[in-house]
Parts: sequence; C-alpha cells; structure tokens
Amino acid sequence: MKQIARIISTYTADVSGVCSALYELGGMVVMHDPSGCNSTYNTHDEPRWYDMDSLIFISGLAEIDAIMGNDEKLIDDVVTAAGQLSPAFIGLARTPVPMLNGTDFDAIASVITKRTGIPAFYFPTSGTHSYVAGAGMALEKIADYYAKGPEKGEKAHSSGVNLLGVTPLDFSVNSTVDSMKDFLKDNGFELISCFAMGSSLADLEKAGQAGVNLVVSSVGLPAARVLREKFGTPYVVGTPVGPFAKVIAEDMKQAAETGENIFSCRKRPVAEEAEIAVIGEAVTSASLAAAISMSRDRTVKVICPLEADHMLFVQGDEQAAYEDEQENLLKNMPAIIADPMYRPICPEDAAFYELPHEAFSGRIFRRKIPDLVKILDY
Amino acid sequence: MLKMIHGKVDSSGAAMPVTEAAFPVPFPSQLEYNSPAHGTWNIVHIGMLIPGAHQIYVCTGNCNRGVVLTAAEMNASHRFSTITVKEDNILEGDMEDLIIDGVTDILEKLPEKPPAVILFPSCVHRFMGCDIPMVYRVLRSRYPEIHFVEGYMDCILQKAGITPDQRLRRELYSCLEKRPLDRKSVNIIGSTMKIDPDCELVELTEAAGCCLKQITACSTFDEYLSMSESYLNLSLLPIGKMPADVLKERLGMKHLYLPQCFGYEEITDCLNTLADELEVPRIRADERIRDCEKALEKAKQIIGQTPIAIDYTAIPRPLGLARLLLEHGFHVIRIYADSFISEEEQDFQWLCEHAPQLMIYATIHVKMRVLPRKYDEKVLAVGQKAAYFTGTPYFVNMVEGGGLYGFSGICRMAELMTEAYLHEKNTENLIIRKGLGCESCI
Repeated sequence: MKQIARIISTYTADVSGVCSALYELGGMVVMHDPSGCNSTYNTHDEPRWYDMDSLIFISGLAEIDAIMGNDEKLIDDVVTAAGQLSPAFIGLARTPVPMLNGTDFDAIASVITKRTGIPAFYFPTSGTHSYVAGAGMALEKIADYYAKGPEKGEKAHSSGVNLLGVTPLDFSVNSTVDSMKDFLKDNGFELISCFAMGSSLADLEKAGQAGVNLVVSSVGLPAARVLREKFGTPYVVGTPVGPFAKVIAEDMKQAAETGENIFSCRKRPVAEEAEIAVIGEAVTSASLAAAISMSRDRTVKVICPLEADHMLFVQGDEQAAYEDEQENLLKNMPAIIADPMYRPICPEDAAFYELPHEAFSGRIFRRKIPDLVKILDY
Repeated sequence: MLKMIHGKVDSSGAAMPVTEAAFPVPFPSQLEYNSPAHGTWNIVHIGMLIPGAHQIYVCTGNCNRGVVLTAAEMNASHRFSTITVKEDNILEGDMEDLIIDGVTDILEKLPEKPPAVILFPSCVHRFMGCDIPMVYRVLRSRYPEIHFVEGYMDCILQKAGITPDQRLRRELYSCLEKRPLDRKSVNIIGSTMKIDPDCELVELTEAAGCCLKQITACSTFDEYLSMSESYLNLSLLPIGKMPADVLKERLGMKHLYLPQCFGYEEITDCLNTLADELEVPRIRADERIRDCEKALEKAKQIIGQTPIAIDYTAIPRPLGLARLLLEHGFHVIRIYADSFISEEEQDFQWLCEHAPQLMIYATIHVKMRVLPRKYDEKVLAVGQKAAYFTGTPYFVNMVEGGGLYGFSGICRMAELMTEAYLHEKNTENLIIRKGLGCESCI
C-alpha cells in the first residue's frame, strides 16, 4: 500500500527545508507550529544547530489560537522577537494545522513588514512535501528578492558562478562544499555566491553578476530559473562527482558562451536493465550514476523518492516515493547504492553500497557521509 | 565553533531574579527556541516501554520524520512504522480508510504479530474531526488478539488539555486487565526512570514482602501484564498521578502519590504513609537525615562555593533542590525553567525570601539562542540544559529525577554532584543524544 513505511525512514520535509536553506543568511525563520517541527528540525535535519547560531523558532501555536483564528498572537510574537534580535529578514513557514485552517500568511507577512520595516516572506509549506520543495522555494525567494545584476556600466563576470542548491541535507557538513568550490577554481571559474552555505546575504545579492549558474541539487533549480528570468543567466545542472566533473566544467563553459541551459546530469547511458541502482535526490544521484558509468563502465539507473523535475531523468530512471514501490523496483537489482536505512527493503543477495544521506537518516550515519565530489576516489 | 551572527543582546525578558519572577509561569508565551539538549524522553521512547509493542504514527512527513528517527537512533526501527498523510487525504476525507488500511497492511507485513500496537494519529486528525473511535473499533474486531493502545501525537495540545506525553503515560497501562489483586504486589506508575534499588521506597516494599513492579523493568509482555495484579500503585511524579488515578477507577487498585522531593519533612511524610499502608515499621527518619547531612557536608567540602545551575529537566523539583543546597551552604546561582509545578510554591517563596539573588532563566525564550553560553568561572550544572546554557563540562547528566528517591536520593545526588564536579564530561556528545538511558546509535 502507498504511503506506508513499515521500516524505512522518512525524508526531511518542506518546513525543515526552508530553515536549512536560510540558516546562514542572518534572517529569522518562524515555523508556525505547536511544537514538534522545531525539535525534529534541530535534532535530525540541522547539523549546524549546536555550533552555529541561527534564528530559527517555532510559534508554539496553541489549539485555542488555531481555532479562534488568533493571528494577532503570531504577529505580536514575531514583531517582539524581531525587535529583540534584529534579523535581516523574516521567514514564515506554514505547517499542517495552519494549512488546514487557511491562515492568511500573505496578510500576516505584510503586517509584520509594516510593523518592523523588515522584509517578511511567507513559504507555503505544509509538512506534506519534501525538503526539496521547501528549500527550493526558500532559495528561489532569496534569489528573487535580493539578487542584483551588475551595476550600470558593469558587465557580468563570464567566469563568475553561483552554486545553487547547497544545503547540509544533501551535502552534510563534511568537505563536499569545499570540494565543489575547489572544482570551480580548478576549472577557471570564480565563485560569486553559494546558495546557501558559507555565503552571506550580501554575497547572494551579487548573484546576478554570474556568467553561469551551477545547480548541484534539485533544491537549486527554482532559484536557477529565477536568475535566468531576471538576468538571463544560463544554468548547468549536475554535481561534480569524480570524472563527471569534467563534463560539467565543459558544459558550464559552453552555457556561459551560448546562454543555453544544460542538464548535464542527463548525459549518461539510458539504462532500462541497469546493473546498479542509485536511490536518492535526483541531481546528485544522476551525477553519481554518470560518474560510475564513465569510470566503471557499468549501467546505472536512478530511483528518486523525492520531488524532481522530469528533465533530470533519462529513460530507465524511476520516481518512487513509497516503500512498497521502491521494494518492488529493487527486487531484481544486483547492486544498490543507497542510504543504509534502505537496507531492510533491499534483496538480501544484492550488493549494497552505503551512501548515507542526511535528509534520510539524519545524524545517524553522519560520520560515514563521504565527500560526494571525491566519492569514487575512495 | 560558536558563531555569533546577531551581535550582543541583553538578557532582559529571558532572565530575572527569583524575587521578580511570577509563579508558576515566570515568562510569557512567545516564539520558542529549542536547545540541543535532548536527553528527555519523548513519546517514542515512552511507547517502547511496553515490551514487544509496535508503534504506528499517522502524520504528515514533517511529524513522521522526528519520530521515525527517534526509533532508529534507539535501534528500534523494527518496532516502528509510519503512515504518511498527504494533502489529498486531508481534502478527500478518506483519512479513516487510510489509517485502517495502513495499519492492516503494516501488520500483515510484520514477521510476527505484536502483542500490542500503539497508534498515534496527529493534530490534523483532531482538526478534521476524524472518527478515531471507529478506526479502533474496526481494528480491534479485525485483530482481536492485539491490544490497540490509543496514543496521539497532537502537539497542539501541548499548552492546554492533556499533552501527548501525559496521554501516553496514561495509555501505557491500558493493556492491564482485571485480575485478582495481590497484597504482595505493588507498582510504580508513570515514571520512565528505573527506581534506585537502594532507596527507602524499595526498602519498605521489601520489608513488607512485596514485589515492586515498574514498566521500566519489564522485559516481556506477560511480565508487563502481571502489573495487573498489584493492589497498590505508587506515583512519584505529578505526571504519574493521572495514570494511577485511571487504574484506580478501572481496576480498583489503590493509589498513593509519593512525590520525589528534597524536603526532609515531606520525604518523611511520604515514607511514613507508605510504611503505614504496607503495615511495616516506619523508617527512622532522624538516622537517615543524619546520613543526608553527612553526604551534603562531604560534597560541600569538595564543591565549595562553585556556582551551581539547575534545570527543570533533570529533576521534577529544581526549586526544592536549590533550597536544599542553599540551606546547606552551596552556591546556587541559576535555575533554568520556563515554568514550575504548583507543588514548588513553598520552595519558591522560601527562595524569594532567603535567596533573592538567585536568577531564573528561561530555556525556550528566543534570546537564549544568542545569549553567551558560558560563565566566567567553573560552574557545576545539574541537568543537560543547565550544562548547555552555562557551557560547562561539569554536570550531572540526569533527566526526570534519574530514579532517585527519598533520603537515599539526596545522598546519591550529593555523590553525583561531587563526581560531576571532579570529572569533566563531553557535554555535546552526551546531551545531543535523545532519551537518556535508552540505546543511542549516534
């Protein structure tokens, strides 16, 4: 039956996705929720919580306020906290109960901005979608609201790049992000900003100066489209994994030159009867599949359990959100690369290669999460 | 490394001298911060106390995420399943079918049927008016051999009504059945910590020839069911009162509330009440008090005037402990608590009168996110949150009273404080783990 997980985990949801994407930007994010979202987020979805301060809170929504439509409490509490903490912006993330009672967040955000003078954004999350949707809409909003193009008389840096879709949910807090930055440098590119780890809001404001954008996870795709629309910046989709990084570097140069978007992660053999299945987020998994095909001459298919644009897949790939669908797709696979928490639904005789994913198993296997760029070096 | 990105804020509103604090709620309800100290038990940990029970949560993805990984971190994924609620289910009104079919599907896929299933609907079901009683009727008729325990993950009741934690501690005993009551069998109800075997409460029940049963010590479902035979239930925490009252009404068991506390007189009263009930000689309180005095004096000689901070997650009565320590010359400087239980009112008044410099700090106030988490000198903390907020590696790692009780509990607390003072701990590594006392694979 769909929607059942007898034993496997659940992916990080959209509400946490918003918080994760905005974590380092100096804003204040409020989950309009009674309790659980905050603890789930900071325990299982946020590896930076202990060491790096960020203004992520819950509203502590009470039943009586939800029933009576007492939005004033939320507004007052946000305005009070903003007065005490002076955030750069305010984000409001919706959760299941406010979705059910139709809370008018657009109006609430507008009132908060009026009272504080601080930009307030509403993110229509519901807890029913994955982090890909939540983090995606958060970075999209930042790109839309803050990104500026070159000043008058200035030109875009043709070698300037924004890394789009970078959160610990896909890349953890190991050396992967630094390796992606090294990849850019080694190939003659200059990092303008990283959406959104290791860059400030001021860095992200310069995003319109880039000559090309690199979308390294599905999370970055909505922001890439906004930047394309605002500044005409082309984007390349793919994670620079192992030998596949060369393909991406070439595609980035080509995109910067021609202005055409390139879905590099589709540049891999069609694999109807693949030897290996990779389960995970679409862009990183497809890029890993491409890298394995290039370096090991094996056929690889992607099984994506998350929301993803159809443009990311090739024939033979599958989208399967639920345990029974996944179990069915896996039953004849000779080899599987996936988070260890998928192991119980994989055939016992299949070769299983662990690839822990923070957005699936949280902190349990964090020490084993590899540098994704160098994963084939191990 | 800690990165302060928002500059300095003052502590006003998040901290105040005890004399300026309102009782029992010193701080207004506003936006909430959640610290990374996670040793307290949540409903997943509590549900796992029923031996062999399988937990099924019916929630949206964001709610399922927290509980599924709680179970995984305690190496209990095989006793845990989820049913994911999607927007369609909310719009189309097929929620009851989703739960019934989902639970059935899960049970049919399990290698063997569990003796009990704890089902957790969530806030959305409450708001939609989902017919949960009908769901249970169908499931019980479909699986008459399984006990269905009625959990609820309705966090929206966290501030009013019965919280999910309270409800589950009540329902935890719902499988107990009507059996002949045995005068030689006594239960502890509502606690998640195993009682210290050296405490006077155990001593008295042993003196009466009684078997003292607690769910925390049950390893089989039959053993758990044998709690049905006890004629007397003891609750030691305020949260244990309701489940014990329910058992009194449903199964005719007697209930004594004997709170974990730190006042000699109150402890004596509790122990005398139990001794009289069990018809055994009362414990010589004067002798035990002398033991406590010795233990506290010994601890003070080592700890001296080191500042002490106490938080509400470590023990149910932080103000009571603060009073005891201050009365014995310790230097208690801070209490971390967002509210107090009503039983602490007398201790609160005493502290206002005798320790006006004592500071009360919130734990969930937004400023607690950015206020410096350090203290200028060595601090001894009792509890994980106090350790986190003062940035100290010297702390008593304890939640929910740690199973300490009575005079022996005071002696043991003095020992634990001394040990904590003398030996550094890795604060981060310890406090980020969920459910202190449960397995943790991180």
